Amino acid sequence: MTMPVQGVQHGIAPPTLWICEHCDTVFRRRVLACGEVARCARCDAILARHHRVGVRGMLALVLTAMIAFIQGNIWPIVTLGLNGHLISTTLWGCIVMMWNEHAQVVSVIAAMTLFFIPIFKMGLLGWVLLYARKGERAPGFRLAMVTLHRIGPWTMSEVFVLGTLVAIVKAHMYFDVVPNAGIFAYGVLMLIITAFASIDVRELWDLTEERRA
Amino acid sequence: MSGLPRAGDLGLIGCHVCGMVCRDVPGHDVGCPRCGSALHNRKAASYTRCWALLIAAFFFYIPANVLPIMRTVSVGDVDDNTILSGVIELWVKGSPDLAVIVFTASIVVPVLKFFALGLLLISSQRGSGWARRQRAKLYRLVEFIGYWSMLDVFVVALLTALVQFGFFSQVEPLPGVVFFGLTVVITMLASMTFDPRLIWDGRDFDD
Ligand SMILES: [Zn+2]
Ligand SMILES: [Zn+2]
Repeated sequence: MTMPVQGVQHGIAPPTLWICEHCDTVFRRRVLACGEVARCARCDAILARHHRVGVRGMLALVLTAMIAFIQGNIWPIVTLGLNGHLISTTLWGCIVMMWNEHAQVVSVIAAMTLFFIPIFKMGLLGWVLLYARKGERAPGFRLAMVTLHRIGPWTMSEVFVLGTLVAIVKAHMYFDVVPNAGIFAYGVLMLIITAFASIDVRELWDLTEERRA
Repeated sequence: MSGLPRAGDLGLIGCHVCGMVCRDVPGHDVGCPRCGSALHNRKAASYTRCWALLIAAFFFYIPANVLPIMRTVSVGDVDDNTILSGVIELWVKGSPDLAVIVFTASIVVPVLKFFALGLLLISSQRGSGWARRQRAKLYRLVEFIGYWSMLDVFVVALLTALVQFGFFSQVEPLPGVVFFGLTVVITMLASMTFDPRLIWDGRDFDD
C-alpha cells in the first residue's frame, strides 16, 4: 500500500484513510452505499456507517429531544396517592426534596445526569449543527466537538428512565403511585438518545470546513 | 491477516477525538492539527492504570454489596435492604421481570466486567494470540454495557424522592449506594483506560 503524499508537509494526511480505533489497522476510505456499514477486517469493529439522516436530520432530532426534555421537566413525573389526596411532583421537585432531606449526594447525581448534562449536550450539538447545516464550523466548533467527545459515555438519561420504572413499581408496594406525562417525555428523549448513539458526530469534522477569516 | 497494515508500521496516528489520520513524528508529542487533542500511539500506561482502577473498583464493590443501600420505614417497621435483598423483594412481591433486570444490571454486569477486564489485561500483557477477535468483541461489549449498572443508584434516588412526600413512611439511601455508584464510575474509567489495540500487539502477530 502506497502512502498518499499530498498535505504531508503540513503534518496532515488527507482524509483518504480510516484507522480502526480498536486495532490500529489502516484502510483506504471508500464511499458507502445507503445504509452500508464498513467494518474492520481484522477486529470487526465499525469503521464508518452511512446515515440516512443528514445534518438537517440530526438537527431535527436535537430539536425534538429539546422539546421532549422541556416537557419532561415541566410536566410532573409521578402522582402519589396519600391519605386520600393526590400529590404530583416534577423532576426538580424530587431533586430539591432530596437535597433538603439530607440525601445531597444522590440529589447532585440526579440533577447532573437528568438535567445539566443533557441540557449541556443538546446545547452543544444544536449549536454545532446549526452551522454545519451550511457546511460551516460554528464559533468554538473545535472546543464543542472535543467536549462532546469527552462527555460521551457519561450521559445516562436512558438508564434513568428505566430506573424510574423500577422505582415506581417498587414504590407501589408502599402506597399508590402513578407515572405521569413527564416520565413519558423522558421516554421519548431516551429513544432519541438511542438513535443518536449510532450516529458518529465526528463525521461533522469531515463535512464542515474551517471558515477563512 | 498479516497483510493488513497497521498505523504504527506506516508512521500514522489516528486521532481519537476527531477521527483524523495524522503523521507520526517519532520522539515528539504531537497534537492533532485539526482538533488540538494530544495524539498517542497507545493510551499512556494503559496496563498500570487499568489494573489500579479495576482493583480499586473491586474494593468498593464489596461494601456496595454488604452494606445496605436503602432503608424503608413504614409504621414502626424499619427495613434495611442490600442490593440482593432488594432484588429478592421485587421478585417476591410480584415483579420478577424487573427483579431480573435489576439483578442483571447490579450484580451480573459488574461481576462480568471484573472478569472480562481482568481477562483482557492478563491475555494482552502476555501477548497472547488466543481468540483475538472474540477478545476485541468482549471489550466493545464491556464498554457498551458498563453504565447500565447505574440503574440501582437511580432506583434508590427516585424511591427516596418519591417517598419523602409520605408522612408515615420513609425511604432513605444508605452508604451502600454510594459505594455502588463509585464502583460503577471506577469500572467505567477502568474500561476507558484499557487500550483495545494492545490485544493486537502481541509477539506472535500472525494469526
Ligand atoms: Zn479493527
Ligand atoms: Zn483530532
